[in-house]
Amino acid sequence: MPKDDGISIRPAGPPRIALVGNPNCGKTALFNALTGARQKVANYAGVTVERKEGLFVSPGGTRVKVIDLPGTYSLRARSPDEEVTRDVVLGRRADEEVPEAIVCVVDATRLRLNLRLVLEMKKLGRPVILALNMMDEAESQGIAVDAAELSAALGMPVVPTVAIRKDGIQPLLDQIDRTLQVAKSEGLAPKSAPCGWSEPSARDLRDYHVEVETILAQAVGRPSRPHLATRRIDRVLLQPAAGLAILLMLLFLMFQAVFSWARLPMELIDGGLSAVKAAIDAGMADGPLKSLITDGIIGGVGSVVIFLPQILVLFLFIQILEDSGYMARAAFLLDKMMGGVGLHGRAFIPLLSSFACAVPGIMAARTIENRTDRIATIMIAPLMTCSARLPVYTLIIAAFIPQRQVLGGWVGLPGLVLFALYAAGILSGLLIAFILKRTVLTGAREPLLMELPAYRLPRPRNVLLGLYERARAFLVRAGTTIFALMVVIWALASFPAAPEGATLPAIDYSVAGMIGHFLEPLLAPIGFNWEIAVALVPGMAAREVAVGVLGTVYALSDSGDAMRHSLAGLLAHSWSLPTALSFLTWYVFAPQCIATLSVVRRELNSYWWPTAMFFGLTSLAYGASFATFRVATALIGE
Amino acid sequence: MRTETEMAMSAGVSLGALRKGAQAEIIALDESAAVTTLDVGELERRLIEMGLVEGARIEILHEGFPRRDPIAVLVGDSTIALRRAEANAVMVRRLKD
Repeated sequence: MPKDDGISIRPAGPPRIALVGNPNCGKTALFNALTGARQKVANYAGVTVERKEGLFVSPGGTRVKVIDLPGTYSLRARSPDEEVTRDVVLGRRADEEVPEAIVCVVDATRLRLNLRLVLEMKKLGRPVILALNMMDEAESQGIAVDAAELSAALGMPVVPTVAIRKDGIQPLLDQIDRTLQVAKSEGLAPKSAPCGWSEPSARDLRDYHVEVETILAQAVGRPSRPHLATRRIDRVLLQPAAGLAILLMLLFLMFQAVFSWARLPMELIDGGLSAVKAAIDAGMADGPLKSLITDGIIGGVGSVVIFLPQILVLFLFIQILEDSGYMARAAFLLDKMMGGVGLHGRAFIPLLSSFACAVPGIMAARTIENRTDRIATIMIAPLMTCSARLPVYTLIIAAFIPQRQVLGGWVGLPGLVLFALYAAGILSGLLIAFILKRTVLTGAREPLLMELPAYRLPRPRNVLLGLYERARAFLVRAGTTIFALMVVIWALASFPAAPEGATLPAIDYSVAGMIGHFLEPLLAPIGFNWEIAVALVPGMAAREVAVGVLGTVYALSDSGDAMRHSLAGLLAHSWSLPTALSFLTWYVFAPQCIATLSVVRRELNSYWWPTAMFFGLTSLAYGASFATFRVATALIGE
Repeated sequence: MRTETEMAMSAGVSLGALRKGAQAEIIALDESAAVTTLDVGELERRLIEMGLVEGARIEILHEGFPRRDPIAVLVGDSTIALRRAEANAVMVRRLKD
């Protein structure tokens, strides 16, 4: 290889270091401590793996880029995340320069498992610095790690750190400076060993283990003891049946909080959007532009953004559960039950998130390593009743279900119907997962094999940074693709405009109206009238939009709560009970949400799956509504 | 001191068959004893990567529900959760039940 190759491929930009480590080693906390708020999150091209990059200025005055690579136990990549880590450190990715140096982060309390990856990293022939993290916990557990001995045994600089308290960050920065200095001078005449890494065989892995044991014997004075507090907590939380009950209770509380804490901010957003709408209404002349802004943009994107408070509350809980170490326990507790329908224990977080909104739920499915498991989870996510369906459910229930006490006066009939609608979604979702996993999505059942990390108190700073990241990702989705799709749906519902002296509502003359009228005969067998058919098209923007459209179609002049109230009264007179029940059933299954379909397309990088989802769920909705309508008609008459 | 019968009895026991509280030492990994759809050699490597390797001392800390599956195993300084189906590939010598 010509010597000057080493120089020509070096970018002119700042030097970069990569953070590599096992999951739960405090790598993200270290990344936050190094870079503070100067972080940029994007996606690696072609895969839905987050690329986290930050920037800091070293004590020597060098601007250094830090890349936080996905956590892994090995460079033998098993998931898209781990492939990114492997490819970046091996310099195989075209969109990412090879880092000048690697900072290996290890949990000092679990060196036996963590050091194996360090040995693998050493094989790369690049400068490696070891950040011996969580030293405080190691000390309190009586583990005496001799950093100097460890450094000598590993042949690399070792810096003890406590990332969550920002301890040891200064020495680490100094060490990065020194390492980069050496790397820079060697960059002119590359001296570092050539890459000696190749995918380890079982034999190699055993050799690594023997080496780790030798190093531990040399550098760790007292043998480690298991984390006692964790064992005590787990004795309660991981009891077979009681542990599951505690988990379900926790989920119930979380669910309650999502709805109760988010109510006020949601009303504020709603009020704010209405105020902006009213201001534009008053200040602008009528015309297509005004309609685009108020109905298309504010109405459309607003109807998704309004769920941000719920999503934030949900994410707050998820982040705390993750940071505390409970999330792995939840997957452990649910693995057998989820496995009954062929899903991985990890599928429950995406499914849980989907009760707020399927969009973040589908995005959360990234943590599932196996692709078929991930697809199955994503495909049933829209069947978890998202909160956009609630306005529709409450409208119909208020109009048709009498306030009667059932089950000995303990439960109100409306509440029972609402519960039945949620349960119908969950049960059919599990059933579909079961069928999918046995037909099209067969293949390797991913082993569970996961570490249960020690419990830790979540740090507010890291929780907030994580929360911010998730919220940002959601808003970016709402602001780009979803925004564009909303405008398309608005255009369908607005053009062509109603002619002069039109007697029917304007939507009747639009393309959406025409589609509705065209669909009407198709929907007649399931008891839908043309008003419902027309409302379904703009309802694709977001499920609850259908409520507003029904108000428009029935030409109600009120708006907001007053409209909903009078609409309920009107529907009670103009729809039969079988029609109402059929409509509710339709909403349990129908994939009436363009945002969900677009996220599925992007996350799975395929048009096939969202198409299959649309037609599959629509047929299911049609079949279920047909059955509901016919049975109800037979039982109670038209 | 173990008698020969005890040794014989404890030989060939798999981690997948142990109950909560059992302590053992790993003596071999045998993929063919487990039900897996992974590629040949893959399960063995994953087990080693999680520290389930010959010579390691293990203790079963927790069992899942229902059917006592999966299990949480203390291996060295880490706790690893795995299903019994895969734990069957780990051959152990019982130290304490």
